[in-house]
Order: sequence, then structure tokens, then C-alpha cells
Amino acid sequence: MDFFAEVLIGGLLSGVMYSLVAIGFVLIYKASGVFNFAQGAMVLFGALTYVCLLEKGLPFWAALGVALAALLAMALAVERWVLRPLVNRPPITLFMATLGLAYLIEGGAQALWGAQVHALDLGIEDVPLDVAGLMVSRFDLFAAATAGGLVLALSLLFNRTRVGLSLRAVADDPLAAQAVGIRLPRVWAAVWGVAGLVALITGLMWGARLGVQFSLSLVVLKALPVLIIGGFSSVGGAIVGGLIVGASEKLAEVYVGPLVDGGIENWFPYLLATVLLLVRPAGLFGERPIERV
Amino acid sequence: MWFLEAGQFSTRAAHDRRLLPLWQERWALAAVLAVALGVVPFWGNDYWFSAILIPFLALSLAGLGLNLLTGYAGQLSLGSAAFMAAGAFAAYNAQLCLPGLPWWLGWGIGGLVAAALSVLFGLPSLRIKGFYLIVSTLAAQFLIPWALVKFSWFSHGSASGVITAPPLTVAGWDLSHPAGRYLLTLVTVLGLTWVAHNMVRSELGRQWMAVRDMDTAAAVIGISLPRAKLLAFAISGFYLGVAGALWAFAYLVTVEPHGFDLARSFQILFIVIIGGLGSVAGAFLGAAFIVLFPLALSNLAGALPNGWIDAGQLENLQKMAFGALIILVLIREPEGLASLWQRWRSRARRWPLRH
Repeated sequence: MDFFAEVLIGGLLSGVMYSLVAIGFVLIYKASGVFNFAQGAMVLFGALTYVCLLEKGLPFWAALGVALAALLAMALAVERWVLRPLVNRPPITLFMATLGLAYLIEGGAQALWGAQVHALDLGIEDVPLDVAGLMVSRFDLFAAATAGGLVLALSLLFNRTRVGLSLRAVADDPLAAQAVGIRLPRVWAAVWGVAGLVALITGLMWGARLGVQFSLSLVVLKALPVLIIGGFSSVGGAIVGGLIVGASEKLAEVYVGPLVDGGIENWFPYLLATVLLLVRPAGLFGERPIERV
Repeated sequence: MWFLEAGQFSTRAAHDRRLLPLWQERWALAAVLAVALGVVPFWGNDYWFSAILIPFLALSLAGLGLNLLTGYAGQLSLGSAAFMAAGAFAAYNAQLCLPGLPWWLGWGIGGLVAAALSVLFGLPSLRIKGFYLIVSTLAAQFLIPWALVKFSWFSHGSASGVITAPPLTVAGWDLSHPAGRYLLTLVTVLGLTWVAHNMVRSELGRQWMAVRDMDTAAAVIGISLPRAKLLAFAISGFYLGVAGALWAFAYLVTVEPHGFDLARSFQILFIVIIGGLGSVAGAFLGAAFIVLFPLALSNLAGALPNGWIDAGQLENLQKMAFGALIILVLIREPEGLASLWQRWRSRARRWPLRH
């Protein structure tokens, strides 16, 4: 039973890491209806920039600031050169554009900073912590706290500030928002900037876990089933989805994996999400769109 | 001047259904086919066959398969490579289990197995649509290659999971050499393209386009969504399966699952985007582009003075150029390279006058 609980808690906590990636997705999807495949590339770019600046001898805060500035500059560039020319195109076109964007950012990040693996030390020792007889990774707890803080900050941003209000207005109805004087390009740039910030935080967390390397941009593949389960348009859903995916994939790996020779972690979340979609086509927290002919 | 349509009226229903309506186009196509079938097999060298023409044709067929599903029926899929893998392995197993089976029947069985799997993973499309569908196709993309690697039954216990394809013969002729494999590929792709071209202009093709443009409206006017969607998945799966068999038997001459990863699925998706969604010719233009672009880029880098671009950096630059190009194509040419042809046509009609 203890073993089960340990696997479960480990899974839940690693699920939080998936949620971090998924939150970046949700932000952009909510505000612009774009399914942003480049989120993984942004995670890679942010973490790589931060780590390489640190290795060049910049102090912690300066490196963080420069990395953030780079991501913000990228957000502005994306809004100006990708989103604006593609406005009013079908969602599938925008999705494909973000595929291209992912290639561009991945190639650019590696051309700029090289492709070798960088170690990243956030100063948190990964010693197991004894909680009521169960071993829990301290780093995972830190990641969970960060994700919690991020969700809190984002919900404050959305519910208590003027920017947040215009973000929600644009998400609700872009045309109506424009009619009352909200500037869409600005809102898009802002939301891509916030998504960049989330990507940087995600990148630091994942980078500390896996090392900063190309595989960081593949975390996007882990976030997809999370999004599907949680629904594309709910930050809370991303958290719950992450927990479900993390817990179920670890449990499946431990209890079902040996029957089929292991390695099922890669596809199990997708199968789970597919099955879940058959029951609830809009995810757990997604809204069902109303269609008119 | 020479591209005038004047006087080329269709007076019979048969004319209306013609593959190419204008005699200039028919002649151009006939010339291309004559060169591809009659000149290239004798003049081309082995490098051209093995490194450019065969992968180009196999990828064209895969692009065509995805285009039927995504471009015509509007169902986004990121699992194309998995169905190619299924086709390749099914064709291989069919040949081993049924000795003496002709290769073309084996490829057909590969296509059918891929079609069946494609329908299975397409079933969620009846309940969900749009981006949510990505997840079920990605499930196929991760599940199928994983199963092919894990269970040695699929590769008949071959330790490395790599197997050599049996020889390809037609009426006693051994066509296992590059030119022969090129011819087999070409004939297969031409046949399936002809079928696809007629299919998208048939009632089924029109149903697909209605579903793509708005499936609720399509259902309202009486189109059976399950039938249209599942047929799209099945036929697209068949094309991808045959493309996978071509890739394994005619191009690589081995069957291995690692060549059919997510990167290959993206490659096929890019063929469709760059070539043009919802266009048969687009699959060929896109595939030509995908095959030739990296070659052109590395030749260009080779032509630069030594040391300007090193090999590692070249790969990154290739990736960046590729990404930028996709965005550019989507912004400037949403219909893909296929629309260039349309534009050229309308220009040629007026030539040498300009407006």
C-alpha cells in the first residue's frame, strides 16, 4: 500500500510539471484561439538562454532578466510577423504556423547557443523528504509550489487587473472586444509575453530535472494529453489534467508496464485522453461550443 | 497565345469528367509521363533513382494520402508515419506468411491493414473534431511504432528489428535494381493518383469537402458524417500504408520502425501544407520541395568558402529556414505551391498581353 501511495504521489507531482507546460498553452488558446505548438520550443529557448548567460558569468537576476526580455521580444515579433498577417485565417492554418514557428525557434536557439547539454542547478537539493512515512522528492514539492504560485498569480492577473479584463474580453468575443476599443494586437503581444514567462519558468523547472537540452522542446508532447483531458480553455483544467496524466501514467508503468515489457509511458496518456474524449468530447472542463449553420 | 481556351467547349458529359479539360494540359501531362516512363529509367543514374526519385514518389503518395484526409475531409492527423509503418510491416509479414505472394498483392495487404488501423484510430472523429482529434492520431503515432519495436512477432524475431525485403519481380523479370524499383514505384503512384484524382471529383469527394467546410451544415443537408469521415480515414490509411510499403521495399529495401517516427509525420504534414491543402498536384509539388530543399541547401553551403558554415550549424539553419518558409507559405500562399500553377495558367492565357 505504501508503495502504491509513493508511486501515486510521485506521479501526481510529476504531473504538476506537465501542467506547467500546459498552462502556457491554455493562456494562448484562451486569448487568441491559437493552438500553440511552439510552446515547447519557447520552453527550450528560455531555458537555454538563461543557462548560457549564466555560464557566460552573468549573475542570476541579470540572466533571468535578459532571458525574460528575449522571450518578450519574441512575443512581440510573433505577434507582428506571424499572428497579424494570419488574422482571420482558419484555426488549422494558425496551428500549422506555430509548427513552423517551433522549427524556427528550435533551430534559432540551437544555432545561437549550441546543442550540447547544460546542467542547471536551481539550488534545491533533490533529497527525498519523509512525509508521514512516504518518501517525497523535495524538488517535486518545490515544482508543485511554483505551479500553485503561478496559477494564483495568473488568476489574479485575469480577475483583478485591467489587462486581465481585456484578455478575457478578447477570449470571449474578439469582434466585440475590438468594437469597445480593446486593441487586439496589444492583447496578443501581452498574452504571448505572459506565455513566454510561463515557458521560462517551465524551462527552468524541467531543465533542472533533465538538463537543458533539445528534449525540453518535446515536453510539449506531454502537455497535449493534459490539455485534452483538462480542456483547452481552463487553467484549472490544465492542473487537474496534469495530475491525472502524471498519476495514471506512473501507475500504468508500474502495474501494467511489466506485462507488456515496459515503455508504455509514451503513449498511455494519449490513449487515456482518447478514451476520455469519447465520453466527454470537450474535456473535463472545456466548454462545449454551440454551432450555428 | 498558345494557351487559349477558346473553342474548347465540352459538348458531352464525358468531356466534363475528363482528367484535364484543356488539350494543352493533356499534352503536357502526356509529355511528362512519357519522359518519366520512357526516358528517365534509361538515362537516370542510380543516385538519382535511390536518393531523389524513389523517396520523392513514396512521399508524394504519403502526402496524397494525408491530403485526402486533411485537405479534403478536414480531419487533422499527426499519425501518418504510424500508418506507413503499419503498411510496411503488414506487407512484409504478408510476404513471409504467404510465400509466393506477388509483391503488389503484399503492398495491397499492407495498405488494407493500415486502412483498418486508420479507421480504428479515426473512430474518435465521430465524437470529437478539430484539435482534439490530434490526440487520437498521436496515440496511433506513439502506439504503433512502439508495438512494432516491442513485439518481435512483427519482425519475426529479427534481433535488430531490421529485415531485408524480398526481391521484386514482374513476370520473371527481376526489378530489384534502382531503375526497376523506380518503375514499380512510379506505376503504383500513378495508378493510385489517378484513382484519387477521380475520387475527389466524385460524390464522395464532394461530401468530404462539405464535411471539411462545416460538418454541422453537411449533416443538416443529409450527408452521413460517420460514413464520410470513416471512409476518409480508411482511404487515407490505405494510401499511407502503400506509401509505407514503397518506402520500405522500394526505397530502403529494409523494414524498420525507426524511420516512421513523429518527425516523418510532420514531414508529411509539411508536404501537404507547402504543396497545398486540398489539391492532388500539391502533394507532388510539396514532396518535390521537401526532398530537394535540404539537398539544395547543403549544396549551397558546400559552394560557399570552406568554414563559413559548419555541418552542425547547417542543420540548425536548415531547420530555421524550413520553419520560416512554412510561416511564409501560410501567409503569402495559403493555397500552397499548387496555386502557383493556377496563377501561371491564368497568365499564360493572356500571354504576351498583360493587364
